[in-house]
Amino acid sequence: MGNHSDGASEKTAVVTSQEASQEKFPNPGLPPHAPRLTDVDPKQAKKAERQVILLFVISMLGSLLFWFGYFGIEVSGNFYDVMNPEANNMLRLQNLLLGLGIAFAMFGIGIGIVHWARSLMPDHEMVEERHAVTSEEDRAEAQEIMETIIEESGIKRRPLLRNTLIGSVILAPLTFVTLFRDLGPADPSVLKYTLWDEGVRLVRDPSGTPIKAADVTMGSAFHVLPENLATLTHENGYMEEKAKAVVLLMRLDPSELNVSEGREDWNVDGIIAYSKVCTHVGCPIALYEQRTHHLLCPCHQSTFDAANECKVVFGPAGHALPQLPIAVDSEGYLVAQSDFREPVGPGYWERAQHIKEMAGEA
Amino acid sequence: MSTSMQSDYKAKTASGRIAHYVDQRVGASGVIKEFGRKIFPDHWSFMFGEVALYSLVILIISGTFLTFFFNPTMTSVTYDGSYVPMKGTHMSGAYASTLDISFDVRGGLLIRQIHHWAALMFMMAMSVHMLRVFFTGAFRRPRELNWVVGATLLIVGILAGFTGYSLPDDVLSGNGLRIIDGIFKAIPLVGTYLSLFFFGGEFPGTAVIGRLYTLHIMIIPALLLLLVAIHMFMVVLHKHTQYPGPGRTENNVVGFPVGPVYAAKAGGFFFIVFGIIAFLGATFTINAIWNYGPYDPSPVQAGTQPDWYVGFGDGALRLWPGVWPWPWEFEFLGGTWVLSVLLPFALMAGSVMMAMVFWPWIERWVTKDDRVHNILDRPRNAPFRTGVGVAGIIGYSALMIAASSDLIATHFHVSLNDVAYWLRFTFVFGPLIGFLITQRICLALQRKDRELVLHGIETGQVVQLPHGEFIEVHKPLDEYRRYKLVSFESPAPIPAQPNKKGKIGLMEKTRAGLSKIWFEDRVIAVTPAELEAAHHDHHGPAIDKKQKGSLEQ
Amino acid sequence: MKALSQKRRHPLAVLVLLALALLLSGGLYAVATATNEAKAATSTSYSAEDIAEGQKLFLANCATCHGVDAEGTTDGTSLIGVGAAAVDFQVGTGRMPMQMQGVQAQIKPGQFNDEQIMQLSAYVASLGAGPTIPEEQYLDVSQGDAANGAKVFLANCAMCHNAAGVGGALTRGKYAPTLMGVSEKHIYEAMETGPQNMPVFNDANITPEEKRDVITYLKSQEVNTSVGGFKLGSLGPVSEGLLIWTLGLVIVIGFTLWLTSRAA
Repeated sequence: MGNHSDGASEKTAVVTSQEASQEKFPNPGLPPHAPRLTDVDPKQAKKAERQVILLFVISMLGSLLFWFGYFGIEVSGNFYDVMNPEANNMLRLQNLLLGLGIAFAMFGIGIGIVHWARSLMPDHEMVEERHAVTSEEDRAEAQEIMETIIEESGIKRRPLLRNTLIGSVILAPLTFVTLFRDLGPADPSVLKYTLWDEGVRLVRDPSGTPIKAADVTMGSAFHVLPENLATLTHENGYMEEKAKAVVLLMRLDPSELNVSEGREDWNVDGIIAYSKVCTHVGCPIALYEQRTHHLLCPCHQSTFDAANECKVVFGPAGHALPQLPIAVDSEGYLVAQSDFREPVGPGYWERAQHIKEMAGEA
Repeated sequence: MSTSMQSDYKAKTASGRIAHYVDQRVGASGVIKEFGRKIFPDHWSFMFGEVALYSLVILIISGTFLTFFFNPTMTSVTYDGSYVPMKGTHMSGAYASTLDISFDVRGGLLIRQIHHWAALMFMMAMSVHMLRVFFTGAFRRPRELNWVVGATLLIVGILAGFTGYSLPDDVLSGNGLRIIDGIFKAIPLVGTYLSLFFFGGEFPGTAVIGRLYTLHIMIIPALLLLLVAIHMFMVVLHKHTQYPGPGRTENNVVGFPVGPVYAAKAGGFFFIVFGIIAFLGATFTINAIWNYGPYDPSPVQAGTQPDWYVGFGDGALRLWPGVWPWPWEFEFLGGTWVLSVLLPFALMAGSVMMAMVFWPWIERWVTKDDRVHNILDRPRNAPFRTGVGVAGIIGYSALMIAASSDLIATHFHVSLNDVAYWLRFTFVFGPLIGFLITQRICLALQRKDRELVLHGIETGQVVQLPHGEFIEVHKPLDEYRRYKLVSFESPAPIPAQPNKKGKIGLMEKTRAGLSKIWFEDRVIAVTPAELEAAHHDHHGPAIDKKQKGSLEQ
Repeated sequence: MKALSQKRRHPLAVLVLLALALLLSGGLYAVATATNEAKAATSTSYSAEDIAEGQKLFLANCATCHGVDAEGTTDGTSLIGVGAAAVDFQVGTGRMPMQMQGVQAQIKPGQFNDEQIMQLSAYVASLGAGPTIPEEQYLDVSQGDAANGAKVFLANCAMCHNAAGVGGALTRGKYAPTLMGVSEKHIYEAMETGPQNMPVFNDANITPEEKRDVITYLKSQEVNTSVGGFKLGSLGPVSEGLLIWTLGLVIVIGFTLWLTSRAA
């Protein structure tokens, strides 16, 4: 092999062997048409025809399979019953038969038609000329028409008329946009507060039973809700309050806890409570590793260190999880000392403002 | 021309009479005359647009069925259907009706699965179609606007998918909405209000499923259909592009007529696509919402991911560090800036999308090529663009793979944190590496084409020449195959050009710099003279230096 | 060079390249996995003989890490007060003795028979009071309530073990294992004792009846077939997306190639 095509220069490589040869290969035109077997051999054509017919018959059988699955399979009873897996088996079978029935019905038609087209319809490539999307003649004419329209409308000669029209056309749709104002309330301060308050008991999720400090053994993690959540219904804010109030309760060795100033009495003998709402974009961070004391968010892998006031140690979250100050009431149950001292959940524009306001209120 | 506006034509057959009746009233003749024998080029890579269109049709058919049974309400009900692990559980009407569709409506499960698989197929087909259009340069004049319509379709498709994914109101999709809430809140100044308006108050509220339903079954499908109509109108207007080859020019279309061959193939293909999706729906479980449970703000589950086409956004959120090397959330100008959420969207996911939408103009600006192109580029013949395309795929894939970082960690027994570090690296450097490698591969393939044209195909037949030298016999290419390999352009860089005032502006310098990188290394198509010289070479004993080597321009 | 450039056209060249690529990626993978570190751990009446036998087994197999008096060393935690349940779980599932130090004890075929496990449990239980082996009635799924189990599972377990109980990732190479195919007893003991990094769910947090409900829910997932067809590992949207981009795309491309090719 020669090395005709090796670019030899150091910096740029332009591969050619002729300087500025403008001559190009001429377009040889369409290659000659090679006949197919079905074009030359009538037996092959007949065979192809029979194959297409067979495919259409398969399609019809597919439809029958669907009806067999629909009417012939008795699916009843309870699904995912630990004592009786039969209902699941029958539903799976029905789903399979219905789906395969449709699949065969469709494949039969589709493959049949395409096979027909490929083997029996002419396969001569044809040429069609392209035309410019628009012609110079049309353009000139259109321009003239537009000028006439503008001229006759008088919009250029009457500027005030034009300007008031523009003004009205801009304003009128805005009335409809305004209607969207009532899609929701417009008071961000709702984000400041949760249901937690002085003396509100911590209860288990989902059972709703209160928790004694002694129940929280070393290494435990409790998923916790405020007791007063049960007083709400779906119509008056149960979900919204729950979404803000969810808390994870853990017990660490008090000697492992790194407590900053002002938070010394927020834990009960190593029992700590933190908001479960991720400060990144709000998923519940419920993955607690009892030995490393790390909390992991399964959505975006933000990792918080429970021993270190849930500061961010990895991942995309922007600030630490808010801590819920807790205490023990007279009956030995865990209660909140107050609401969170900062808004829970992801950051938002008014958050810094809210933190200042909350510090003032506390 | 008769003045009565009526023709005296009488059809001979019954079908002829019906056709004539219709024609007289709606003018079908014109349509048939225009489209009946319209030519469409045939190539496998041209079919993905059709797959997307057919998937959309299947989505509309299966979706309509689902609307008859789905109840888009967040009102709490007590479930009493036949799925045992949820019996007696309180859940929203939306979730309960989705369970009913899955377990208590005959064939409901299949249609749900078909609907969801069709959605994944729709998005995949659109993506592959878009990549085909990109790599072959089909977006160039006159088709730039259709590229933008296509890109918009992709984005609207993502919205269609996301709103649909959220409707069953299960824990997985509910946490998806919660993430949307977090993203809204990260928008400076208005974010909190947007979130309050979207959810009708605080997250999750009682309104959002109903609102998403309106978007999902009315507004978004209408938008999709409108965009599809515009897209197809433009395809017909411009006529389809074609690959370079013998008989094909910028001014013609070579292919098969709509009637009968193309219509049969395209029509048959609809049923094939339906068959594929029905097969997937029959055999593979998709979105087993009964596992996830009804939405409740307290639980979450391992493997919380969006559908694949939203993955790049979720991955971007995962990769952006929150407090490294400094906190990305801070107070400034009276508000809290949540850059760890805002930047991944605006900068990482957003920039990939924007670069995609505006690519035709970027390319035109650098190459100064504003000619009409109806002949496609083979990807190897546009090494820079192909390199950029691969770079884009790598950047996008790094984000998309990041959305499954936890599953990668468990399934390949690597640390979750390491996966994140690797993917951050890949997102930043992968595209550059991919670009360089791809560009080199393209140039190498072009050289291979040159070799083929100049020296023909190796036959494996070795002969001894009279003077004792052994050579392998090469069979020259026939002129049709050769034409395919030589009919491309290889433009040279365009140096900076002074503007009207005779000055070279900064923009023009940048353009010239890019143009230089773009076309600096290139392979030029073989000319007849070169081929002649190569043939001559084969018979001559020595190598003539003058006809050899490379030239700089 | 010339020889190489000729051989690259060899049909086997592709295979050689592929093998090289696989070796390279495998090597990188091995490096990635190797860079990942270590902690592990955790009363009915047992006869004095069981305890004595258990102590022998302990000294022979466990004392290197946990210390001769089971008070722990730098390589292993103290076993005082972890209870018989912890031993039964760790040894019964093959996690202990560990093959090597790592971020997490791995499941492997058990090294001891049931009697030996019982003897080891007896010895460790004799060191201090701790969770005991669960009673049969709390393992009987026919008495459990799957609906309540689903609630408790989704609230307390699914975040790590996935909604379908197939497991999930934790930080720095740790993971929550799949619960499919795990025996009722071992699931119960895991909740009771909180092995590895799993939190402890004591009876005050999740009652024995609720634990039975959780087990019932998990078993209902395990014994039943997936109604919609193959469940793709129950991993959610990722495996679904992967399927459409592999199988889905291949089928589509196959048909388009056939459809646009010329018939013979």
